Amino acid sequence: MTSAAITLNHVRKVYANGTTALKDFNLAVEAGQFVSIVGPSGCGKSTVLRLIAGLGQMNSGQIHWGKEQDSRKLAFVFQEASLMPWATVQENVRLPLKLAGLSTRAAAAAVAEAIALVDLQGFEQAYPRELSGGMKMRVSIARALITQPEILLMDEPFGALDEMTRSRLNSDLLDLWLQKRWTVVFVTHNIYEAVYLSNRVVVMAARPGRVVADLAIDSAYPRSESFRTEPLYNQYCRQISQALAGASQGEPL
Amino acid sequence: MKVATPRWLSPEILAPLGVGLLALSLWEIAVRVSGIPPYLLPGPILVLQTLVQEWGSLFPALLITLQITLVAFLAAIASGLLIAILFTQSKWIERSFFPYAVILQTTPIVAIAPLIIIWVRQIVPGDNSTFVSLVICAWIVAFFPILSNTTLGLNSADHNLVNLFQLYHASRWQALLYLRLPSAMPYFLGGLRISGGLALIGAVVAEFVAGTGGTRSGIAYQILISSFNLQIPRMFAALLMTTVLGVTIFAALTLLSDYLLRYWHESAVKQEN
Repeated sequence: MTSAAITLNHVRKVYANGTTALKDFNLAVEAGQFVSIVGPSGCGKSTVLRLIAGLGQMNSGQIHWGKEQDSRKLAFVFQEASLMPWATVQENVRLPLKLAGLSTRAAAAAVAEAIALVDLQGFEQAYPRELSGGMKMRVSIARALITQPEILLMDEPFGALDEMTRSRLNSDLLDLWLQKRWTVVFVTHNIYEAVYLSNRVVVMAARPGRVVADLAIDSAYPRSESFRTEPLYNQYCRQISQALAGASQGEPL
Repeated sequence: MKVATPRWLSPEILAPLGVGLLALSLWEIAVRVSGIPPYLLPGPILVLQTLVQEWGSLFPALLITLQITLVAFLAAIASGLLIAILFTQSKWIERSFFPYAVILQTTPIVAIAPLIIIWVRQIVPGDNSTFVSLVICAWIVAFFPILSNTTLGLNSADHNLVNLFQLYHASRWQALLYLRLPSAMPYFLGGLRISGGLALIGAVVAEFVAGTGGTRSGIAYQILISSFNLQIPRMFAALLMTTVLGVTIFAALTLLSDYLLRYWHESAVKQEN
């Protein structure tokens, strides 16, 4: 475990209202790994992501970065696309570079490349309200990728999308990951999505937020759509589902 | 197949126009049939005739009022915007000063206008004195909607975007310029639409209180002396001009708002279903 990119040690987080979101939470993510965090709503999985990103303070514990990892090289994709409605696709994607002080001209090539990565050529001048939910999420991903991040934190990015769009974006995301090999921490409540995408799934339980299962998904990439019907895939899904059910036993729904 | 009708033939324009014409006709007929003297209630035709006859004395007065309104409105925009920005930079500033902005807003302008006129006369002598005090009165009335709307807008930026700016180490200035100000735009423009009309009302009310003539007297003074002299048709004509000016200001600001928000805000985007 020497190549861990991000290590969370004994992290405790209590909200202002007294709720313990995380209690003695430990997690080590290796460089280049695609880790999904699965759990019921309110189990603190989003909190983990936000703490890694440096949004919000923890009450105790530490977060370490690997030697070759740079905490500035991270990007975050939110649950909603969270685009600026007054700006075009191009301007939205350019935002991180603009905030870094790059001129429009200097950023142009990177913007074009990021838009091409998510297949949105031709929509550069469109405004967010003209786009479908899936396209908005692509813009959001392009905005995250434009800084050439090494670590990608994704907080239920496809949660609000329909099933067709979700599986399409799943396979597109995997294609990109195979090219770029970022370290990904992907939060979701969808077991099937987690198994399809990740090489490791961490299952969390609520009150207080803790890890109840940690599974390696041993299936080679690239994974085709047919992986979703293989017995191995189903077996992993069942295992995670059981871990979730076991953890939430006796809990009110 | 449905043929597109010209815009001016749409029911949105024809219906209120019809109601207006009907009401005016009834008014004219009622005045003629009942034989009410014009110094009690003039008919619309007489009002229009008076408007044309008195244009030479009324229009310059309207321009003076317009001038007061515009200067006060611009001052309200500048001060409202700046103070709103100041408020959002520090919760403490907002907490300490916002109640006083509310007090300024809720104090009846009619009551404090005489004070303002007296005070300003001590500082600014001569003919400009009235102009300055009228501008101050109109500004007090117009300032608050811009301040409160813009403050609300600046605080309404998408929470995720605020986090995103934080993540990319955006400076306070960048967050203001690229996130808070654009987010506040629809609210600010809403404030403008209210304040534009209020600036005119503030100017007219203050002119009534000031009640002074001279070379720079506005439309309210014309309304006032017309009523003193029982020139009721002239009073109606001046009133009509003031109302038309108010509607024009509102329409212009609505057009501006729709133009600035045309690409992205629900209020201005044309929906096709």
